[in-house]
Amino acid sequence: MRLRAIPLSAWIGIAGIALALFCAIFAPFIAPHGESEIVGEIWSPMGGEFLLGTDNLGRDLLSRLIFGARTTIFVALAATILSFSLGMLLSFIAAVTGGLIDQLFSRFNDLMMAIPTLIFALVVLAVLPQHLWILILVMAVLDSTRVYRIGRAVALDVAVMEFVEAARLRGEGTGWIIFREILPNTLSPLLAEFGLRFAFSILFLSTLSFLGLGIQPPAADWGGMVKDNKDGIIFGISAALVPGAAIALLTICINLVVDWLMKRTSSLKGGRGDA
Amino acid sequence: MPEPSRTELLSVRNLKIEATSYPPGEPPKTVTLVEGVNFDVQKGKVLGLIGESGAGKSTIGLTALAYGRGGVRITGGEVRLNGQDLLKLDHTGIRKVRGAKVCYVAQSAAAAFNPAHRLGEQVIEASLKHGIMSRAEAEKRALYLFRVLGLPNPETFGERYPHQVSGGQLQRAMTAMALCPNPELIVFDEPTTALDVTTQIDVLAAIKHAIEETHTAAIYITHDLAVVAQITDDILVLRHGKMVEYGSVKQIIEAPTQEYTRALVNVRGTGREEAADQSGTLLKVDNVTAGYSNGFKVLQNVSLHLPKGQTLAVVGESGSGKSTLARVITGLLPPQEGTVSFDGKPLPRALKGRGNEELRRIQMIYQMADTAMNPRQTVRNIIGRPLTFYFGMHGRQKTERVKELLDQIEMGDRFLDRFPAELSGGQKQRVAIARALAARPELILCDEPTSALDPLVAEGILKLLLKLQEETRVSYMFITHDIAIVRAIADSVAVMHRGRLVRFGPKSKVLSPPFDDYTDLLLKSVPEMEIGWLEKVLKTRRMESAGN
Amino acid sequence: MPGGPAQDPGLMAPKAAGANPQPSGPAGTDTLAATPSLSTLSPANDGILSPWGRFVRKSPLAALVLQRLALSIALLFAVSLMIFGGVEALPGDFATTYLGQSATPQAVENIRKDLGLDQPATTRYFQWLGGALQGDFGTSWASRNSVSEQIGKRLGNSLFLAFFAAIISIPLAIGLGMLAVHYRDRLADKVINVFSLAAISLPEFFVGYLLILFFAVQMGIATFPATVYDSMSLTERLSAIALPTATLVLVVLAHMMRMTRAAILNVMSSAYVETAELKGLSGLRIIARHAAPNAVAPVINVIALNLAYLVVGVVVVEVVFVYPGMGQYMVDAVTVRDMPVVQACGLIFAAFYIFLNMTADILAIIANPRLRHPR
Repeated sequence: MRLRAIPLSAWIGIAGIALALFCAIFAPFIAPHGESEIVGEIWSPMGGEFLLGTDNLGRDLLSRLIFGARTTIFVALAATILSFSLGMLLSFIAAVTGGLIDQLFSRFNDLMMAIPTLIFALVVLAVLPQHLWILILVMAVLDSTRVYRIGRAVALDVAVMEFVEAARLRGEGTGWIIFREILPNTLSPLLAEFGLRFAFSILFLSTLSFLGLGIQPPAADWGGMVKDNKDGIIFGISAALVPGAAIALLTICINLVVDWLMKRTSSLKGGRGDA
Repeated sequence: MPEPSRTELLSVRNLKIEATSYPPGEPPKTVTLVEGVNFDVQKGKVLGLIGESGAGKSTIGLTALAYGRGGVRITGGEVRLNGQDLLKLDHTGIRKVRGAKVCYVAQSAAAAFNPAHRLGEQVIEASLKHGIMSRAEAEKRALYLFRVLGLPNPETFGERYPHQVSGGQLQRAMTAMALCPNPELIVFDEPTTALDVTTQIDVLAAIKHAIEETHTAAIYITHDLAVVAQITDDILVLRHGKMVEYGSVKQIIEAPTQEYTRALVNVRGTGREEAADQSGTLLKVDNVTAGYSNGFKVLQNVSLHLPKGQTLAVVGESGSGKSTLARVITGLLPPQEGTVSFDGKPLPRALKGRGNEELRRIQMIYQMADTAMNPRQTVRNIIGRPLTFYFGMHGRQKTERVKELLDQIEMGDRFLDRFPAELSGGQKQRVAIARALAARPELILCDEPTSALDPLVAEGILKLLLKLQEETRVSYMFITHDIAIVRAIADSVAVMHRGRLVRFGPKSKVLSPPFDDYTDLLLKSVPEMEIGWLEKVLKTRRMESAGN
Repeated sequence: MPGGPAQDPGLMAPKAAGANPQPSGPAGTDTLAATPSLSTLSPANDGILSPWGRFVRKSPLAALVLQRLALSIALLFAVSLMIFGGVEALPGDFATTYLGQSATPQAVENIRKDLGLDQPATTRYFQWLGGALQGDFGTSWASRNSVSEQIGKRLGNSLFLAFFAAIISIPLAIGLGMLAVHYRDRLADKVINVFSLAAISLPEFFVGYLLILFFAVQMGIATFPATVYDSMSLTERLSAIALPTATLVLVVLAHMMRMTRAAILNVMSSAYVETAELKGLSGLRIIARHAAPNAVAPVINVIALNLAYLVVGVVVVEVVFVYPGMGQYMVDAVTVRDMPVVQACGLIFAAFYIFLNMTADILAIIANPRLRHPR
């Protein structure tokens, strides 16, 4: 792969993701004020002393945005990595072993997917205590159903190839078949899928926080910041839109990269459709 | 440049065809697919285009309809139909030619028919839309063509949907669709390649009969010289998008002037004496019945055996159970009844029950070398893995052995660090053979290893297999549908039909009369490189139209 | 590729649903991976057939549809079990939650009895399910009102909103999808692609507040909050739901359009469209006669899947616009842990989702000519 072959749209996406990651990692060093430090008037306008204005309690919006990047990205990433590992592991085991285990996993997965993710999350979060790790776990488990489905389809595509059969006939174990034969051939679509899941996680976490069921205050996270400032909208105060835009931009950036990865995958397969 | 004369229907001059390829991770580039091709088709005559895959046959054939498939562009030369250059026509002009004056028959009629409409409607559509005939006339002509092509129940055939009829029938229906508007030229693009041998000959005969009956000119595209010899008047041999030789059938078959053409004509000439003593049993398949959990039996009561150092050819058409037999022997599909013994000991039924030593002694080579090798591993790793796995070889010792194996398959160590995608079809199959050899097996199951390859490459692989057998005394169970290959390499032959073994024994006995019905049909269906063979064989063989 | 005549008539249905890897963002668009078991359909099966087997042989279409229906009912039952049982199995006693940590044991005991929590779980499940089947979802813990009564009022509002979002977005999505295919890889397609990619990346609440700020606050041409009540006339209602509908349309449209484009492209690159082209047919006839009949099934599928997504999108949009629908009801109930309401709403949302997915699958089955005209 050559750098020059990466289209402009993907470069924009990569740059955006890099910026968000930079903010997340170095938040305490680049944020002008503290995360929940009250520094001024309520909802002071953009520009002037506070670049993006202040929020409903008089906290600096830019600082909260930078700290919010940290929370949002950390939680979404943790959930995605967890859901990905879980979904991949189970789907590959199902695809390679087949038979009863495959049936069992797949039917249970169908059942999980029969309830819309958000509704499922609402029901579960209504019952469980509010902890960060529970939130991450719930997001991961719910999302792993999607990963499982894609993973199984991709792994089955490869698992029926004759080189996998050849490895079986040689007497190779399940571990070798999964990690040496199948996994290297599924990396490209899976990378795209990881991006998709990450984008989804960010949106999902933000939605939950917006509904008051995600990250709990006073910690800053983008969805929660929209919730905090939503009452200002009627008065024409756009503070709620700033974190909303941050979510949108980061998700767009991720989707731009994913779009490119998917096109790349399909051209590798030699398909002439770019669907 | 010669001026096209009056009798020439289609005249192609100096054709150049290009396409844009999009290699992943690189900027797009233009590749030339066809260059400097000239040919003529006379009224009512048939021209055969022959060549290996990638020779540009289909691409050239489609230029008669001024059509480029999937981004292919005709960038130079002229294609004159009745003196008019098709490449200079505008979109509307071309549309008036397509489906009216020139029609097309695709390789896979199953995909080329629209699944949503009845066959009859699709057959007459072009005639109606071009205003060539009225609906009543078109329907009458369709019925006539269904009859000529030997389709069953021609009166009601048109009411069926594509998925309701067999592959052979669809291919004939597609021919009827092409003939219906009374075109001047039909392009047949490998119309029988996807069919079984016994079906192929019927369809071939039907096509020949129909174009003779309607006096239609045709371009017949195929990779099989023996097929083309039966149906065409002239032949154009192509290779890598360029002309190799152009002449009459008689000249090409009986007196080819080019080296490449000679090789194509003689490709089935290899032969070998069978072993005199066929009593030993390295592999013994005893009364095996196998099938799937829904109760469908793919194999029924199959018994055969194979001595050490010899070759058993298993012949049959698709669905005969020959590949399933290999799956049973490897343990991928445990038999429901019967046993498979190897070297005197019964093998555990399922793959899981077998030890590494048992697995090592039986290796397998597949039809598609492309999918048989992990595209993410280098040749070194592909061949080296069995060495590590079975013999615990590492480092220099392993590399040396891999080099040795590469020499054995006549490739050499410069291929060590290549990926499969960087190899040609024949090289891939050689690497697959080396991977099998690396295990030092006593039996190699070969599942049609040459049928996806071009004839010359295939011949090279067969010679290599024979050489390796002499060197290592390995036994082959060679699965094929090609009688010529059986003649060339087998000691003993098993003929399979619908899951049953119909004939088994030494090659000389199996391939000589008296025959059973099926073997007779099968042997008579294999086209021979001889002009007039089709007519001869049709006299002795009844048309099996209804069944196919 | 010699794609032989498909031996397995069922192959088409799941393909139509899952063949297009769509770059998707927000929640719940994924299709329900319920592929009816087709083992009984194998035409090669020569065994002795049961009455069901004979029925399958005789009319595979009806058999598949029946199978799919039965599967949905089973799924719904399993989902009800999960919603109820999952809540039971999780830690924490609701009586304690309900009264707070400082409650006396006696008070907790009373409230348990009051809420019926002292009875065994199986009894309560069947009571709950039996009630739910008759439209009775019990009493809200928070308001002591009948849950069914509340839902009765709000379900209509939610459906009203979803319905208008659907009738605007469906024709728009199909039109834009066809436009994108027609101008494939040209400017119009690329512009549509970029915009739809952006649209699927936007959270609903962001779109919602953006629209409120512009149209309700700054320009004053729309109403916020989107309150509706019984005595409103239809036009008043429509004006009230204008912004929430626009929000839903924008988000659903992008998904639907992208998937429609993929589905149509898939058909346009098939061999039979090439055949039609080589017959010299006009572009219009190729699309109308040869592409459209085969694109109908996948496109219907796309629509049904996105309607299922709409059902979920409603939740967030209702909260944003303070619209008195099911979604807001549920979110409020979740915040105060009003379990009967949460369970009831969860079951109803899941039922809609399952129903729409089932409809998508069944329509795909019906639109498949191989099944409509068995051998």
